[in-house]
Amino acid sequence: MNTKWETVIGLEIHAQLRTRSKIFSGAATRYGAQPNTQACAVDLGLPGVLPVLNAEAVLMAAKFGLATHSTVAPRSVFARKNYFYPDLPKGYQISQYELPIVHDGYLDIELDESTTKRIGITRAHLEEDAGKSLHEDFHGLTGIDLNRAGTPLLEIVSEPDMRSAREAVAYMKKIHALVRYLDICDGNMQEGSFRCDANVSVRPQDAEEFGTRTEIKNLNSFRFVEQAINYEVERQIALIEGGGKVVQETRLFDPDRHETRPMRTKEEANDYRYFPDPDLLPVEIGQAFLDDVAATLPELPEARKQRFMGDYGLSAYDAGILTASREQADYFEATVDASGGQGKLSANWVMGELSGALNKAGVDIIDSPVSAAELGGLLLRIEDGTISGKIAKQVFQDMFNGEGSADAIIEKKGLKQISDSSAIEGIVKEVLENNPKQLEQYRNGQTKLLGYFVGQVMQATQGKANPKQVNELLRKILDA
Amino acid sequence: MHTKNLTELAKGLREREFSSVEFTQACLERVGRLDEQLNCFITVTAEQALRQAHAADARIQSGEAGPLTGIPFAHKDIFCTQGVKTSCGSKMLDNFISPYDATVTQYLNEAGAVMIGKTNMDEFAMGSSNETSFYGPVKNPWDPQRVPGGSSGGSAAAVAARLVPASTGTDTGGSIRQPAALCGITGLKPTYGRVSRYGMIAFASSLDQGGPLTRSAEDAAIMLGAMAGFDARDSTSVDRPVEDYMVGLNDSLEGLKIGLPKEFFGAGLAGGVADAVTAALGEYEKLGATLVDISLPNTSLAVPTYYVVAPAECSSNLSRMDGVRFGYRASDPQDLEDLYTRSRGEGFGPEVKRRIMIGTYALSAGYYDAYYHKAQQVRRLIREDFLKAFETIDVIMGPTAPTAAFRLGEKSDAPITMYLSDIYTIAVNLAGLPGLSIPAGLTDGLPLGLQVIGNYFEEARLLNIAHRFQQVTDWHELAPQGFE
Repeated sequence: MNTKWETVIGLEIHAQLRTRSKIFSGAATRYGAQPNTQACAVDLGLPGVLPVLNAEAVLMAAKFGLATHSTVAPRSVFARKNYFYPDLPKGYQISQYELPIVHDGYLDIELDESTTKRIGITRAHLEEDAGKSLHEDFHGLTGIDLNRAGTPLLEIVSEPDMRSAREAVAYMKKIHALVRYLDICDGNMQEGSFRCDANVSVRPQDAEEFGTRTEIKNLNSFRFVEQAINYEVERQIALIEGGGKVVQETRLFDPDRHETRPMRTKEEANDYRYFPDPDLLPVEIGQAFLDDVAATLPELPEARKQRFMGDYGLSAYDAGILTASREQADYFEATVDASGGQGKLSANWVMGELSGALNKAGVDIIDSPVSAAELGGLLLRIEDGTISGKIAKQVFQDMFNGEGSADAIIEKKGLKQISDSSAIEGIVKEVLENNPKQLEQYRNGQTKLLGYFVGQVMQATQGKANPKQVNELLRKILDA
Repeated sequence: MHTKNLTELAKGLREREFSSVEFTQACLERVGRLDEQLNCFITVTAEQALRQAHAADARIQSGEAGPLTGIPFAHKDIFCTQGVKTSCGSKMLDNFISPYDATVTQYLNEAGAVMIGKTNMDEFAMGSSNETSFYGPVKNPWDPQRVPGGSSGGSAAAVAARLVPASTGTDTGGSIRQPAALCGITGLKPTYGRVSRYGMIAFASSLDQGGPLTRSAEDAAIMLGAMAGFDARDSTSVDRPVEDYMVGLNDSLEGLKIGLPKEFFGAGLAGGVADAVTAALGEYEKLGATLVDISLPNTSLAVPTYYVVAPAECSSNLSRMDGVRFGYRASDPQDLEDLYTRSRGEGFGPEVKRRIMIGTYALSAGYYDAYYHKAQQVRRLIREDFLKAFETIDVIMGPTAPTAAFRLGEKSDAPITMYLSDIYTIAVNLAGLPGLSIPAGLTDGLPLGLQVIGNYFEEARLLNIAHRFQQVTDWHELAPQGFE
C-alpha cells in the first residue's frame, strides 16, 4: 500500500425490497419467471396508466431508517428521473430526489478486536428498478424483459467515510446483515438483490480536499468490491504519479481480468431533469406509525452483540463476528442451548471448526450438514469428559461428512476417553520406565518435562486418555 | 329522438317508446350522414355500440336500468377503451388498441351507456382549436369555416350537432369549457381529483381532469354522476363520496353572491362576448343573486405559468412514446438513437414537439429554478387568489373564452395568440377548482359561453346555478343550422 496517498470511498448500495408486489403496481416480484410474464400494464408504461405506492415498501424503508439511527422523514417526495432507455418503459424512473424517505444516520463497523468506526449514512431512498436488456440470442437485436421493472429498491448512500477496500467491505457486509435481520431484502447477490456502486478517489495524506472520484458500477459480491476498489486505487495513484489526472467517470469492473474499465458513455453528464412526480402524493409518516414500526423490529445486530457479550462472556470481537449474520447468530444460540449453556465453547466451535469446514466446502451456514443441535451434542461430550477437545475435532469431521451423530461416531470408532485411573496409571508407569533419561532429568529439576510425559501417554492411548487425569497421575507419581 | 335531453331519453327507454338499439341505430345513422362535414369521430364503434345497446335493452327490461342505461355517448379518444383504437389524436398512437379500459370507460360501461365512437381531439390534447389532430380538424357545426375549440373539439361538436346527446372530454387548461363555449353547449371541468385519471392518457398530470359535455346542466349532472368517484388506481383521486348532482338542481339562487374578477373583463375581451356575459349576469340578478366586483391579481400570470407547468409535465409524460413497446415505430431503424429520434420525429406533430421542447428546457439543470420551480410558486399564488375570493363570494363568473369561434387556420401559425384563447380557463386548472361553461348568447350567429367557477367540490352548486339559468333562458336549446 502506498502510504503517501489516502483512499476515500463512499458506497451506494441497492437493496431490492422483499415486497410481494412491485413498488407501484400489483404485479409479482418473483425472480426468474419467463420474460415479461410479471409485467402488468403499469410496468409496461402503457398510455394512461398510473402508479400507486406499495405501503409495504414504505414500511420496509422505515424499518431500515430506525435500525440505522436515521431520520425517517415526516414528508418525502417521489420524483421522476428522465432518460431514454429501452428497458425503462416510461422514459423516466420514479425515484426520490430532494426529499428522501430516510436520511442522516450511521452504522458502526468493527475493524479489529478493539477498533470500531462510524460510517455515516447520507440517505436512503425508495425507487423502482428498471427492466433488463438481453443482448444475446436476438440476432443483433436487443430483447427486453420487464419482469424486474418496478421492483422496489432501497438505495442506501453512505458518506465518503471509508478509507480502504477492507472498510468498504466491512460496511457493505454490515448493511447486508442488517437488511437480512430486518427481513426487508433477501440479500441474494447473485440474483442482484443486493448490489453496490463504489465511489473511489485518492488524495495525498493530510490533504483537505477530496480527489476526483470515479464510480464503479454494479458490484455484486464482496470479493468484487474489494478487488475493484484495490485495482481502482492503484490505477488512480499510478495515473497521478505518472503526471496524469483522474477523470470523473463511470467504470465497470471486469472480474475475469481483475480490472476496471470506463463504461462507454456518449455524454459526460446526463441531465435527468428531476421534478416531483405529479402522479404521486408526498409520503407522510407520523410518529404513531414509527412507534408501531419500532415495536415490530427484531433484535438488531448491535443489541444482540451486546447481549452475547453479557450473557456468554464473549469478547466484543467474537460477539461481532457471531452476529454478523442473523443465520450465524441463530445457529450459535441454538448450539449454546443444545450444549447445556456453554457459550464460550460454542462460540469457539462455531467460529472455528464449523466456519472453517463450511468455508472449505463452500456451504452456507443455513445448509450446514451439522445442525446446531448436533454440534451442541458434540460439545456436551467434551464437557462431560467423554472425549477430549482434540478427539472432538476428529468426531466433528466425521459428523460433517455425514457419518452420524457425535455419540454414534464415538461409539462406533471407540473414541471414548479412558478415564479409568488404574488403566491410565499402568500406561503412565510404562512410559516412565521406557524413558529413564528424561525421568532422571526431571528429578534433577527439569520439571518442564512433565509435558513430554503427558504427550507420550496421549500417544500411547491414541489421544483417548483423559488429559486431566494423566496430568494428575504423572504429578502424583513423579513427585512422590 | 336526437333533440331529447337525457332525462327524456331515459324516460322514453323506460316506457318502451323506443329501444336502445333503435336509438343507437338512429345516432349511428346521423353520424354516418352528418359527420363527414364535421369530422367529429376518429373511430365509430357501430358493432360494439349495438352489442351494448342490446345488453342495455335487456337490462331496461329487467328493471335494473340507471339514468344512462341504453344512452349513446361519444368518448374522447384520450380515454383508453379495451379492444378499440385509442389514438389521442396522434399518428403516434394510430395503431394503439388499448388492452384495458380507463376507469371512466369502465364506470360508463357499468352504467350501461352505449359508446358510439371515439372523438377527434387536438393531438395529445395540446391545442385550443382541434387543428393539431393527426386526423384533421373538426369543423364547428355553427359555421364549418370555423374551429370548434379544443382540445375536446370532436366531443363538443358532436353534442352541438345532435349526433349524440352527451360526450366525455378532458380539460387541462380549458379543453372542455372552451369548446363547449365555442359550440354552444354545456361543459363541466370537475375539481381535480373528482374524476379518475386512470386510463386517461396524460398530458399534464397535475392539471388534467375528465368531465362531461352535454346540451344542458341537468344532463351534465347525470353524466358527472356516472363519471365521478374515487379510484384506488389513481393516487390523486380524492376519496370522497359522489353527491347526487340532481337533487339540488332547482335550489333557489336567492342571496347568491357572484364575484366578477375585474381581470376577466379587461382588454382582449371581444365586445359581443362582454355584452352576452353582462346580459347573463342580469338574468342572475333577476334570480336573486348579487354581483360583487373582485380581483384575482395574479390572473395575468396564469398563461405563462401554465405554459411552463404543462409542457414540463408533458415532456416527461410523453417519453413513453418511444417506438419500443407500442405505437408508431419508424421503419428500419439503424440503431437505438435512430429508433428514438425518427419514431418520435415522425410520430409527433409540430405542436406536441414544441411543447416537449419547451418542457424539456424548463426542467433542464440550471433552468429548473427559474422556470419550473418559479411556476409552482406562482401557481400557489393563483390558488390563494381564488381561496381569498371565496371567503366573500360564492361563485365567480366571467366569459369562458375571449372571442367566439375563430376561423380555421386563423391562429394556427401564431401559437401565443392561440394560447391566449384559454386565458380565462387556465387559472382554474392551476388552482384545481371546478368550472363550467354554459351557452349565454350569440354574436354574429356564433355561440358564446359564460364560465362559472366554484370552490373545491362544489360541482353540485355549479350545476344548480347553471340549471336555474337554463330554466329562464333558451340559449342552450339553440341548434346550429342543418343540425336541428
